[in-house]
Amino acid sequence: MASTAADENAIEAPQPRRRSVFRHRLSTRVWHWVNALSVFVLLMSGLMIFNAHPRLYWGQYGANWDRAWLEIGSSEAEGYLKIGNRRWETTGVLGRWEDGRGTIQRRAFPHWATIPSTYNLALARRWHLAFAWPFAFGLLFFMIRAFWNRHVAKDLSFTREELRARAVWGDVKDHLRFQFHHREARYNLLQKASYIGVIFGLLPLLILTGLTMSPGINASAPWLLDLFGGRQSARSLHFIAAALLSAFITVHLLLVLLSGPVNGIRSMITGRFRVRE
Amino acid sequence: MSAVITRRRLIAGAAIGVGGLIGGCDRLGESPAFRKILSCGEQMNLHAQRLLTDRDALAREFSAADVSPFFRGNGSQNPDSGAYRAHAAANFATWRVTIGGLVQRPLVLSMAQIRSMPQRAQITRHDCVEGWSAIGKWTGVPLSLLLDQAMLRDTARYIVFHCADRIGGTPYYESIDLVDAFHPQTIMAWALNDRVLPIRNGAPLRLRVERQLGYKHAKYVERIEAVASLDTLGTGKGGYWEDRIDYEWYAGI
Repeated sequence: MASTAADENAIEAPQPRRRSVFRHRLSTRVWHWVNALSVFVLLMSGLMIFNAHPRLYWGQYGANWDRAWLEIGSSEAEGYLKIGNRRWETTGVLGRWEDGRGTIQRRAFPHWATIPSTYNLALARRWHLAFAWPFAFGLLFFMIRAFWNRHVAKDLSFTREELRARAVWGDVKDHLRFQFHHREARYNLLQKASYIGVIFGLLPLLILTGLTMSPGINASAPWLLDLFGGRQSARSLHFIAAALLSAFITVHLLLVLLSGPVNGIRSMITGRFRVRE
Repeated sequence: MSAVITRRRLIAGAAIGVGGLIGGCDRLGESPAFRKILSCGEQMNLHAQRLLTDRDALAREFSAADVSPFFRGNGSQNPDSGAYRAHAAANFATWRVTIGGLVQRPLVLSMAQIRSMPQRAQITRHDCVEGWSAIGKWTGVPLSLLLDQAMLRDTARYIVFHCADRIGGTPYYESIDLVDAFHPQTIMAWALNDRVLPIRNGAPLRLRVERQLGYKHAKYVERIEAVASLDTLGTGKGGYWEDRIDYEWYAGI
């Protein structure tokens, strides 16, 4: 955590000695940035698509007269978010907000969170369905590559020592104290768990629930409807997975900032990560 | 280098970068060249689905217990032309459907004739491009039967549906290719949930093309036309919304 300020001084002074290690393979780096761009576009165009029908349902069907488990809407004076029977006022952010020109809009997600920033379902779908391709195939190639070059086995799998209760608790405590160990440039337990969860859990879930919303795919792969319990359930799960992915990205960016952003970002570009001896 | 990049500057820079990216996305979305690149996604979706999935695969059919309590209407829900109102007042006894274009035997059919033809009933899910779904039971005549009776010419590539409802003064129209036109679940429906098709849902006759989104399912169909190309229809993109706001022509996703 004492990273940046100390790191910067260390460049002038020769002590303590530092060396740089190779941390990220080319396939990891290329996928990271292709995926970052795709996810950025998919999340924001997805919010615009959600604005076309800001209600979520469970089951095979669901429309305005059916019961929604989540709804973003507006009354005369306020915007609101409703989940089940609970309702929160969200004026200014969700349901009722001012656009860049100071006009009151009654869409679910605000202009600064959507692509495009104005209501345009056709264009948002074009963004979404085009960037779904690099997102899905990027992940597929990365997965194959990561198994092939043993990235998964060597860097992302848990070791027996890590899974001891004391080690797990120690890692949690270190995170709570913002102590990050990067001496070996290896991932710690919580890092591994979140990367595995995102790469093999959330991202595939987003792709499969997305495909389940396609009536064409439903005909050729009806098992997807059974897997997720219907098209509207798949739409709800798609939205929940996107929310979880947003939470992951927030924590990920925060930890990059706290653990030395220059070193972290450089290593994801050049592959080389500086460690202290 | 790293002496210049402080954490605060990095955050400020990132904020400006993200703001710029979002503004940039709006500008990109308006550029015709970039829209062309985005449209590759539609072509890839169409070709991938046609190439990799079974072209005759059936949309799921549900049981009577799965039917939506209320089947909402969307788009035009009550065409306001005098001619349509007169047809509605006559219970559509005066309604005629013509099948023409690139066919060897053009047909003019009354609703009584269409209802007496072999019928197919299917309980399927209707998916609006906006995101909602409704399940209903549709009864109608398979489109393939009508096209076989009219005898398509070899040059026919698309089937166009001309509708009685006008949106902003222009009659609605849609088109599908022959893969979907001859699909066994593609029917011209005249009943919903065992009752005469309500006006809200497209009376007296509407298209059901079950593997595509709702705006493809033309309602209030008056004329079915076989064509070789969509270039001379509207502005050439194949449908009312495709021409006006750039919805995808292939709406299987």
